[in-house]
Amino acid sequence: MNKGLIILAACCAAVAAAPFALAQDETEKGVEKYRQMLKEDPWSNPGLLDADRGEGLWKTAAGPNKVSLEKCDLGKGAGVVDGVFAELPRYFADASKVMDLETRLMWCMEKLQGWKHADLVKKPYPAGGQPVKDLGAIATYVASKSSGMKYAAKLDKPEEKAVVDAGHAIFFRRQGPHDFSCATCHNDSGKRIRLQGLPYLADPKEAKQVIGQWPAYRVSTTQVMTMQHRMYDCYWQMRMPELEMGSDVSVALIAYLTKSAEGGEIAAPGLKR
Amino acid sequence: MKKTAIAIAAVLIAGTAGSSAQQKPAVDTAKIGAAIVAAFPTAPADWKSRFEQDETMKECSIHENSPPKAVADAIQKREKARIEYPADGKLVGDWKAGERLAQSGYGLRFTDYPARNPNGGNCYACHQLTKAEVSYGTIGPTLLNYGKIRNFSEADTKAAYEKIYNAQAAYPCSNMPRFGTNKVLTIDQIKNLVALIMSPDSPVNK
Repeated sequence: MNKGLIILAACCAAVAAAPFALAQDETEKGVEKYRQMLKEDPWSNPGLLDADRGEGLWKTAAGPNKVSLEKCDLGKGAGVVDGVFAELPRYFADASKVMDLETRLMWCMEKLQGWKHADLVKKPYPAGGQPVKDLGAIATYVASKSSGMKYAAKLDKPEEKAVVDAGHAIFFRRQGPHDFSCATCHNDSGKRIRLQGLPYLADPKEAKQVIGQWPAYRVSTTQVMTMQHRMYDCYWQMRMPELEMGSDVSVALIAYLTKSAEGGEIAAPGLKR
Repeated sequence: MKKTAIAIAAVLIAGTAGSSAQQKPAVDTAKIGAAIVAAFPTAPADWKSRFEQDETMKECSIHENSPPKAVADAIQKREKARIEYPADGKLVGDWKAGERLAQSGYGLRFTDYPARNPNGGNCYACHQLTKAEVSYGTIGPTLLNYGKIRNFSEADTKAAYEKIYNAQAAYPCSNMPRFGTNKVLTIDQIKNLVALIMSPDSPVNK
């Protein structure tokens, strides 16, 4: 009788476990199949439309100064786009700051094209279903020009080390009404929120697999989301106010995550749920 | 803004030996706090408290949620003292209302104003609760049969109330929000969640 009960219990557990495992598997399998198709036919990634748009914007005269961004120095000299994303964030002496790709693009749009900083940081991300904004499209273009390369930002200058360390501390900083930090969701392996898998971002092994996929085309919102936008959205979920694009906090977190992902392959634009 | 950046850099440079993302850095938490304030310039006046950390948040952040024993004991003692109980002494509410709360992640995000619904507990985001709901997270342990396993005992009912009201009174630096202490949920809402996991007729225990 007892034995029977145990077997019954085991069976029930297996049956009960089946639906959720299935539901999760189906979603993941679907996205994985999509990723596979993209690998076989890289031109089918909808994010590439934004990369193309970004390329056009990079080369087009714009802003009050009516100049293109082709004189923008993303770290390897004015106008160099190939491979620059693989070496960002980095310290820029002309700005006396460590900058990630989007922050640097914003700096160039301000200094070269003459846009006002206040206007650039105002509503910088699209609503659901809307295409990524111009700066994000340019970032997607630039990132795509490092696709297939490995993250090689050295982040070894004192200014860079300081920012990586600040990012590390911010990653674990708990705040807001829910006591949330990035680590609440991203400091363990194999966890998920509802059915969404959560990468263990403090672990280089897992960071390497996912960080290089940003900017990414998100199937659920049918738009490209950039890394700065990703940080903004996480803080929304953490019940914090709107994280400013290019803020020291966003740059520090991106520097920390990139350092954690050092050596990981860049596959941008990637594809996310 | 720029001044803050330079200040952070200057202070942080002083104390950095290694640069591995894995090494725990020696950082000036006041400077990090200043950077946080500067990073959210459009925050409404009544949101400024969200930048601040109480003693427990500070300790958990510094120790990356693994506090040494003495710190853990201090957190536990402090948080235990912050639990408030229902005036009528009844800890068990309505499990059906509790189930709705467990499903809802609504509340306190900047898109949730003006409030259209009561704050949710979002329990399913991290916990398995009922067999019927297959979309649940795994950050927290499964709560399936929570009350049944504990024979619906009075002591465990009280412990459940306390864990929801202030998880850190039981587990210092727990990932779980301190729902009661941080005023995310009301006492009545917490009673409904206690009912969800501790009532014999709740689907959690079926």
